[in-house]
Amino acid sequence: MLAFVLTLVLLLGIVIVLAYAERKVAAFMQDRLGPTEAGPYGSLQAVLDVLKLLQKEDIVPAAADKNLFKLAPVLIFAAVFAGFAVIPFTPSLVPAGIGIGVFYLLAIISLDVVGLLMAGWGSNNKYAMLGAMRSVAQIVSYEVPAGLAILSAVMICQSLDFQEISYQQGALINQFPGQEYEMNWLFGIKALGINTTLVGGITTWNIFRAPLLLVSFVIYFIASLAESNRAPFDIPEAESELVAGFHVEYSGFRFAVLFLAEYSMMVLVSLVAVVLFLGSWNTPLPNIGPVSLAYWTSGTVGEWSSILWGGFWLLSKTFVLLFLQLQIRWTYPRLRVDQLMHLCWKVLTPLALAVVLGAGIWRLLMV
Amino acid sequence: MEQKAIKHTSGFWFAIKSLLSGLALTWRHFRKARNRRTPEYVTDDNYFKQPDGLVTLTYPYEALPVPDNGRYRLHNEIDDCIVCDLCAKICPVNCITIESVKATEEIGTTSDGTKKRLYAPVFDIDLAQCCYCGLCTTVCPTDCLTMTPVYDFAEVDIKNMVYHFTDLTPEQAEEKKQLLARQQEEMAAAKAVALAARKQG
Repeated sequence: MLAFVLTLVLLLGIVIVLAYAERKVAAFMQDRLGPTEAGPYGSLQAVLDVLKLLQKEDIVPAAADKNLFKLAPVLIFAAVFAGFAVIPFTPSLVPAGIGIGVFYLLAIISLDVVGLLMAGWGSNNKYAMLGAMRSVAQIVSYEVPAGLAILSAVMICQSLDFQEISYQQGALINQFPGQEYEMNWLFGIKALGINTTLVGGITTWNIFRAPLLLVSFVIYFIASLAESNRAPFDIPEAESELVAGFHVEYSGFRFAVLFLAEYSMMVLVSLVAVVLFLGSWNTPLPNIGPVSLAYWTSGTVGEWSSILWGGFWLLSKTFVLLFLQLQIRWTYPRLRVDQLMHLCWKVLTPLALAVVLGAGIWRLLMV
Repeated sequence: MEQKAIKHTSGFWFAIKSLLSGLALTWRHFRKARNRRTPEYVTDDNYFKQPDGLVTLTYPYEALPVPDNGRYRLHNEIDDCIVCDLCAKICPVNCITIESVKATEEIGTTSDGTKKRLYAPVFDIDLAQCCYCGLCTTVCPTDCLTMTPVYDFAEVDIKNMVYHFTDLTPEQAEEKKQLLARQQEEMAAAKAVALAARKQG
């Protein structure tokens, strides 16, 4: 229960910040000012938007399939929110520390697709239906390269537990039960003979200890953009042709929930990218001889210091990725459907398969 | 000028390069967002020297100054108006409504010396209809109808866009009408007397 409340509060907090940041970042990149009126520098704009949405009339179309229509936003949000359960926030704090976290996450996120189809079908509107089909086609397609990229990270780490993967990517590796005698080598190659177990920092992040994972990080990041329906893969939205995609019939609070789910998805995929590839809650600063920066900026496991440091590093890395997502939205033009599918099936999927093969070989070098 | 064939570049590394240069572009704009355009008059040296940073202004609080001879809202200096009706006639959208009442005697002169002989109980300009062509100001013989640099005069109620320029209250207008009617009656009576006298004679 505590984990539920904690996760929800954290999620809503980040989403509010993100919604505000999106407007300001968009404005600044287009040489505009963005919101300025509500609160200092328009900082209350996102909150006021939520209040406005809450006041709006709740419209359910007369010809809609009412049960599906009403259930869809709940299902979509629940699917995304359930994914947060296995994300480790700090060395000692994870809402649900289950051993098959990665598998659970991929499975529960896929439920999102069912919700989208329910929304599109239940609206009884051809635009909503088309939007939902495009959305679903895109998400199902991009789950393949994303899943393969995650698989390569899992193969390197030999674990489906997010917390174990997190511990492996830092100087605290030996404090995780079952990892007491694990060791990290530079670039993961034992033959080089440079032990980085106690160095930690960026040298033990997955993209550094197995540089091949840098490729799978890029693949995962691109695929995650598509999974959260972000530009340049926001064709389900397609304001110009589809009058806003699968959620065209939704109003008021239901629309707010769909919107919240979309932003939560952005946060979730960024968190997963950070946990799997960018060192999770681990500090980027390595221990250099007597200057043990990594220990100083990690805190002691189980105490407040580690919670604060861990949360700080995890969130700051996540915000960097979120900023990148925003920047990409205001930089690149939207892809056409065929280009989208081309990128997914002919570029990313073969590349991800090659990376999976490479990750297997790399793992052999690590032991 | 000699035209060069544009070489179509493609390939993996070119794509990466162009994607990165796109990111660099937006990042540059983001970074320069701490500079802001300032409201400057067009003759100011700085007017064209604000190439980067945010270009929008928070309008009601900041505004680009308009030229002194800006031509936006119509204004009628009713004291100078001789109620000639030319502006209403030339207006392509018929947004000017004028009624006139002949004065019983000369009621003064305008600032350029023209005699005023008509009262205007109604002189309305519907600025919601006005197309700002400025024809009315060119035909105005006494230059009393002008366009002013005021451009921000939006109203919540569209009825408020009708500007009343008359300086007569309805009562005064009624009084002037009655004066004119009495004078015309007197003149008609005098005419009838004169006519009768001629017939007799």
